[in-house]
Amino acid sequence: MRMERSDEILVNRAQAGDAVAFGQLLERHYDMILRLGYRMLGSQSLAEELAQDVCCALPKKLGSFRGDAKFTTWLYRVTINAAKDILRKQKSRETAQQGWGDMFEMQQHDASEKAQDRAWLAQAMNSLPTDLHETLILTLTEDMSHAQAADVLGVPTGTISWRVSEAKKHLRALAQAEEAYP
Amino acid sequence: MSTELDRLAKALKAAKPGENPDRKAEILALARKKFDAAQETAVQPRPIHKPTQNASGIWTGVINMFRSINLRPALYATTALGVGGLAVILTIPLIDRPYGQFDVADMPAPVELKAVPKDEYAGRTRTDSALAPAPVPQKQLKENILLDGSALSDNKVKKRDLAAKTAAKPQSVVTVTPNNQPTVFAESEASGVLSRAIESDRLATMSQSIVDPETSILPNPDASGETFANETPNPLKIVTDEPVSTFSIDVDTASYAYVRSAIQGGSLPAAAAVRIEEMINYFPYNYPTPDMSKAPFSTQVSVFQTPWNKNTKLLHIGIQGAKPEIDNRPPLNLVFLIDTSGSMNSANKLPLLKQSFRLLLNSLRPSDKIAIVTYAGSAGTVLQPTAASEKDKILNSLEHLSAGGSTAGQAGLRQAYALAETMQSDNSVGRILLATDGDFNVGISNPEELKSFVEEKRNSGVYLSVFGFGRGNYRDDMMQTLAQNGNGVAAYIDTLSEAQKVMVDQVSGALFPIANDVKIQVEFNPDLIAEYRLIGYETRALNREDFNNDAVDAGEIGAGHTVTAIYEITPVGSPAIKNDALRYKKRTVSSDTPNEYGFLKLRYKLPGETKSKLITTPIAAVSTEPGQEARFAAAIAGFGQLLTKSKYLGDWDMQQNIALANASKGDDLFGYRAEAIQLMRLANSLK
Repeated sequence: MRMERSDEILVNRAQAGDAVAFGQLLERHYDMILRLGYRMLGSQSLAEELAQDVCCALPKKLGSFRGDAKFTTWLYRVTINAAKDILRKQKSRETAQQGWGDMFEMQQHDASEKAQDRAWLAQAMNSLPTDLHETLILTLTEDMSHAQAADVLGVPTGTISWRVSEAKKHLRALAQAEEAYP
Repeated sequence: MSTELDRLAKALKAAKPGENPDRKAEILALARKKFDAAQETAVQPRPIHKPTQNASGIWTGVINMFRSINLRPALYATTALGVGGLAVILTIPLIDRPYGQFDVADMPAPVELKAVPKDEYAGRTRTDSALAPAPVPQKQLKENILLDGSALSDNKVKKRDLAAKTAAKPQSVVTVTPNNQPTVFAESEASGVLSRAIESDRLATMSQSIVDPETSILPNPDASGETFANETPNPLKIVTDEPVSTFSIDVDTASYAYVRSAIQGGSLPAAAAVRIEEMINYFPYNYPTPDMSKAPFSTQVSVFQTPWNKNTKLLHIGIQGAKPEIDNRPPLNLVFLIDTSGSMNSANKLPLLKQSFRLLLNSLRPSDKIAIVTYAGSAGTVLQPTAASEKDKILNSLEHLSAGGSTAGQAGLRQAYALAETMQSDNSVGRILLATDGDFNVGISNPEELKSFVEEKRNSGVYLSVFGFGRGNYRDDMMQTLAQNGNGVAAYIDTLSEAQKVMVDQVSGALFPIANDVKIQVEFNPDLIAEYRLIGYETRALNREDFNNDAVDAGEIGAGHTVTAIYEITPVGSPAIKNDALRYKKRTVSSDTPNEYGFLKLRYKLPGETKSKLITTPIAAVSTEPGQEARFAAAIAGFGQLLTKSKYLGDWDMQQNIALANASKGDDLFGYRAEAIQLMRLANSLK
């Protein structure tokens, strides 16, 4: 009988000092961390910085993982919090480029449809407040239910639903502005 | 769902990070080191392992039994023998299990370790992945190393060759090919699981076939062809023979960034690439701000006990340049001289360079002027002098650069100087910013010739800063020559955050010189000091008579720069004195020498002046409790010396050095120091 070892078993092992199990956990979830980071921060280098922060903090953080939630839920939470830290740091450094802003600038010159899509995305992401931003990433791209997203973000499910509807309004307003001043 | 939300979902899903296996491997390796380090310092007891599946009862019992024994040494001694035999039987059929698959979901430790995932180190060219992450008992490790003998001795021979070359021709340039590095990963303290002993058993039997220099990891496959300028470390001097030490200051930082990039790439830097003064000066220190009415910089001297030798002292000299008055700084005339030769055509070169210059552009003023000259095969002016306010125009020219052709460095330099000279006006500061991987393969390719050219041009009042990019054929010696002789700074840029540090955070320092030709001379008092040694500054040594000769060039200090120099000094009568007193030497003890360890003299010229000014400071013969800044500088000096395997460190090791750096980290607003400590940890695991 062959089966993939569950995250929980690997975590258990890693907590007991098993470096191999820890390595497997990293390998398994690195892409998720990077992807989430990229969508939160809008830049490759910031996403990699985030991945490094999260991966390097994991050995310590794992100690506080009690198994009350699924490991992935917990890891999503850790990653999103770390991304917010980076956003805060970015803001406190006046000269620093803001992730999505940077990308927006980079894509502007490129006329292809894909590039325009991304420019629009960057603009949209930039204009959304962080809490709507993270909610949308979890529900739209990580295919989470409102309940799951609520779990990750530590808010009631109703809050998630409210945020999604806020985001819709926001995007509609943006679309109208776009039509008014193309 | 609204159409806007649909559109956003589609666009967001399409926004995927690029794949970057090298960076991923680097991050994962870092995290593993962290994990190992956490195990070393972990506070017992560990959580008891609870099997969640019906694991084999015998194994659970055995594991629990060994888990309950706390005395690790006893555990190794007794279990390695007893279980080794069992393990051989159990492990062989499991070696080639695919990733993440196991017979029983939660099999006990010894068996799992055999089934190390094949792609544990995916993205690297390692074939012996099973070797990597498991900590191995020290005793076993030695055996393992012995068995690795072939690879190791190869490397030793190389190192010796290198050392011999360096010793024979101190001025020569050493080419380092970091292949065949023995990569002994499993060296951290064992973490006390029974399986480790078995693992090492297998290691011992496998290692001979595993370590094959051809196929084993090549940390920087493109790192050949790099040349470095360095000289043999400063030797210990006897004060009675040579009481005076003279050198030029150095505010370059290139070596630190290079060392960092090597270590993060998984290999220790060649000793020739480590210039300790550049590592020390990479960090901003919080020295007292100068009183501008006296000199453009402040000098601080302190003496304290050497961390790595209780019988010697460190003489710490800290220089702080005046902070720039950003509001009414003179306008800048910048000529970007950009290498667009074929060798620049990789992500960490030309593209990073463009991004770096964009960062710089953002911090310029409308009154500043910019021109761009490129060289590749032939040199050409891409952008005539343009006001920094015309950002679009400048960005546009930057964007349209592309790499190709060979490198006509000399022609490019000539053109850049010519252009810079036409841009000069009253009270503006002219500077050429040369961005290259240092591969000057057309025209002047001899550092000496290039040096005299830049020296000649220096008098035109145009400064030259050199920014090194990329690895592969990075010509560090060339960059050093250019920057040192062009009254400028050299920095190595490997990431955008480094560009941020060099170009923006410290741009004022790099672009506004406040003192030129700064030289330091220390005269030691033979009554109190027996021996001394300057740590670093090997490439900056000056002759004693050069100090007062204003025609001899030296380093410049930019606005806000800090410069640190450290001597290790041995007081008279200390048991640490290495040289016996001479039997026939006449020794006069003068009764009226003041109670001073020595006398510090500094010479500098104000920008635009040709006559130097002198500052003197006596070094009182008192030891003090070192300040945080001095201690951190000492920790970096220790780090550099550990990397160059200095013979003066005794049994001082990286762990002690990390503790020293950690204790003196201070506020560390930008995280530079935390990063250095991280590097020390990483280097420690690479040894």
